[in-house]
Amino acid sequence: MNIIVCVKQIPDPETPAASFKVDEAAKKVIPAQGIAPVVNPYDPQATEAALRLKEADGGGKVTVISLGPDSARDAIKHALAMGADEGVLLNDPAFGDIDNFQTANALAKAIEKLGGADLVLMGRASADWDMGVVPTGVGQALNVPVVTVAKAIEKGGAGLKVERVLDDGFQSVEVALPAVVSVSNEFGEPRYPQLRQIMMAAKKTVQVWGAADLGLGADEVGAANRAMPLEALYVPKVESNVEIIEGDTPEEKAAVLAQKLRAAKLV
Amino acid sequence: MAGILVVAEAAGDGVSASSLELLGAAQQLSSQGGGAVSAFVAGQAGANALLQHGAATVYVGTNAALASNMAEVLQPAVQAAIEQSGADIVLIAQSSLGRDLAPALAFANKTGAAMDCVELKINGGRLRVTRAAFGGNARAEHTWKSPLQIATVKGKSFDAPEAGAGGGETKTIDAAGTARITVLGISKAESTGIKLEDAAVVVAGGRGLGDGAAFKMLEDLAGTMPAGAVGASRAACDLGWYPPSQQVGLTGKTVSPNLYIAVAISGASQHMAGMAGSKNIVAINKDPDANMVKVSKFAIIDDFKKVVPALIEEIKKLG
Repeated sequence: MNIIVCVKQIPDPETPAASFKVDEAAKKVIPAQGIAPVVNPYDPQATEAALRLKEADGGGKVTVISLGPDSARDAIKHALAMGADEGVLLNDPAFGDIDNFQTANALAKAIEKLGGADLVLMGRASADWDMGVVPTGVGQALNVPVVTVAKAIEKGGAGLKVERVLDDGFQSVEVALPAVVSVSNEFGEPRYPQLRQIMMAAKKTVQVWGAADLGLGADEVGAANRAMPLEALYVPKVESNVEIIEGDTPEEKAAVLAQKLRAAKLV
Repeated sequence: MAGILVVAEAAGDGVSASSLELLGAAQQLSSQGGGAVSAFVAGQAGANALLQHGAATVYVGTNAALASNMAEVLQPAVQAAIEQSGADIVLIAQSSLGRDLAPALAFANKTGAAMDCVELKINGGRLRVTRAAFGGNARAEHTWKSPLQIATVKGKSFDAPEAGAGGGETKTIDAAGTARITVLGISKAESTGIKLEDAAVVVAGGRGLGDGAAFKMLEDLAGTMPAGAVGASRAACDLGWYPPSQQVGLTGKTVSPNLYIAVAISGASQHMAGMAGSKNIVAINKDPDANMVKVSKFAIIDDFKKVVPALIEEIKKLG
C-alpha cells in the first residue's frame, strides 16, 4: 500500500499558560523562550497507523509531508525516524499564515504530484488552531472519501475497516481505497524512535517544494487570500475571586469546605 | 438575501439539545440584523421542535438514506436548504456530524468553516466569531471573505430559546449524497452511572493524582452527591488512567455543572475550555498558584489524598 502521512509542527501545547504570549498587532504567537516547537501530538499516531498497515501488508511505501517553515523538517525527521520512507517539505513564504482551506489545497496538490496514494493519513486535528478540517479538505480536493477520528484501522472488506470515535461511543465503518483517514489519540501509543533509526533517518530524502512546484498561483496562497481572515488574536483575561479554605489539617479544611458547600446549597 | 440556517440533528422524537442551542445563537444573530432563522433537519420528527423554538422555516430532509447521519450523505440535502433559504450564515453543532459536515460544506462552497465557536455576532452585516485556539491559551476572531459563512458552535455556549406556539412553515428536501463509507455498526461508550454532560456535580482528576487508582477516591466523592459524575483531564486520559469518554476539555466533553470539583488539576487551557462554564468551581491542589485555584470559588491547598477522604466523610455527616 502506498501511504502518505501529513504532519505538522506546532508550538508545544504543554507550554505553561504563563509563558504563552501573543503579539496582538501581528496576530501571531510569540515563540516561548527555550520551548522548542513539537510534532502535533496526534500526528505520530497517524504515522504509527501508516507503519502498522505497511508492516501488515509486507510492503509498500510511507511518505511524510509537512507544510511549514524550515523547522518543520524536524517533524518530518521524527516520522522518518519512526520508520517512514521519505519526506516532502512544503516550504514557501507564500505559505505563511495561510488558512486551513489553503493548507488542504496545497497538501492535495503535493499528494497529486507524488502520484497520489492509496491512503492519506493525518492527525484528527492540529492542537494549535484545533479546527480538524484539513483531512476533509484534502479528501474533497482529491475527490476521495474521508473517515475522521479513527481509533483503529485495518485492511479488510472493500478496502479498510475503521473504528471511529463518536461523541458518545464508537462507529465501525468500511471504506474503499483511495481514502483519507484522520487518526485520534485513542489509536494508542506511537513507537518511539531509537537512536539507530534517528541516524538512519538523517540519510533519508526530504524534497522541498514551493508554491510554484505545486502549480499554485499567487491568488491561491498568501495570508491575503485566506477564506477566513484572522481579525484578532489575544490571551483571554482571568479574574480571581477565590476563597482559600483555612485550617490546621487537611481534615479540618475538608470540614470547613463541606460546611461552606452546604451553606451555598451545593451539596 | 441574508439569513441564518441552523443545521439541526434529530434525536429521539425531537432534536438534540445542541440543535436548540443553535437556534438560541441564531436568534441572537437575527436580532442583530442577521436575517430570518430557518433550520434543516433530517426526518419529520424533529421539525416541530424547531418550529416551536422559533425557526421560521424548517427544511425537512425526507430521504431515508439521511438516517446514517454521515456527512457525505447529508451534505447535498443541507446544500439544497442553504440554496432554498438563501441563508448566508450556516450554524452547525460541534458534534461528530458537525465536525465532518461543516468543512465539507465550506470547502465545496469555496469558503471556510470556523469550528467550535463560543461567541458569534453580526458586525457590519457580516458574521464575526470567537473561538479558542492554542489549547484555549488564546482567543481568535474570524470573519469570512466569501458570502457564505459556516460555523460550528461549541456546546453549552448558548441557551436554547423558550418553546412557543411556533407558526412557521415546513418544506421538504429529497436530496441525499452517495455513501462511499459504509456504516457497519455503532456502539455506545461504556460509562458507569450518570452521563458527564448531564451531571449536576462533576468531580474531575488530573495528572497530579499520580496514578489511575486515585480515581476510585473521586468516584467515591461523586457518589456522595446525587447526579455526581467523574471526569478527567486530557493528561490523565492520555496516561490511560480514565476512559477518554470521560475527558473534559478542548478535545473532550464540555460540561457546565452546578459544582465542579477539580482534584489535582493545574488548569491548563486544554482542560479549562471544557469546564469554564461550571457555575461553581472548587479546587483541591497543592499549588496555590495553579490556574485552577485562581478561577475557583473555594480552594483547599493541600494533599488531595488526605482532603478527599475527609471531604467524603464530612459530606456524609451532613446527610
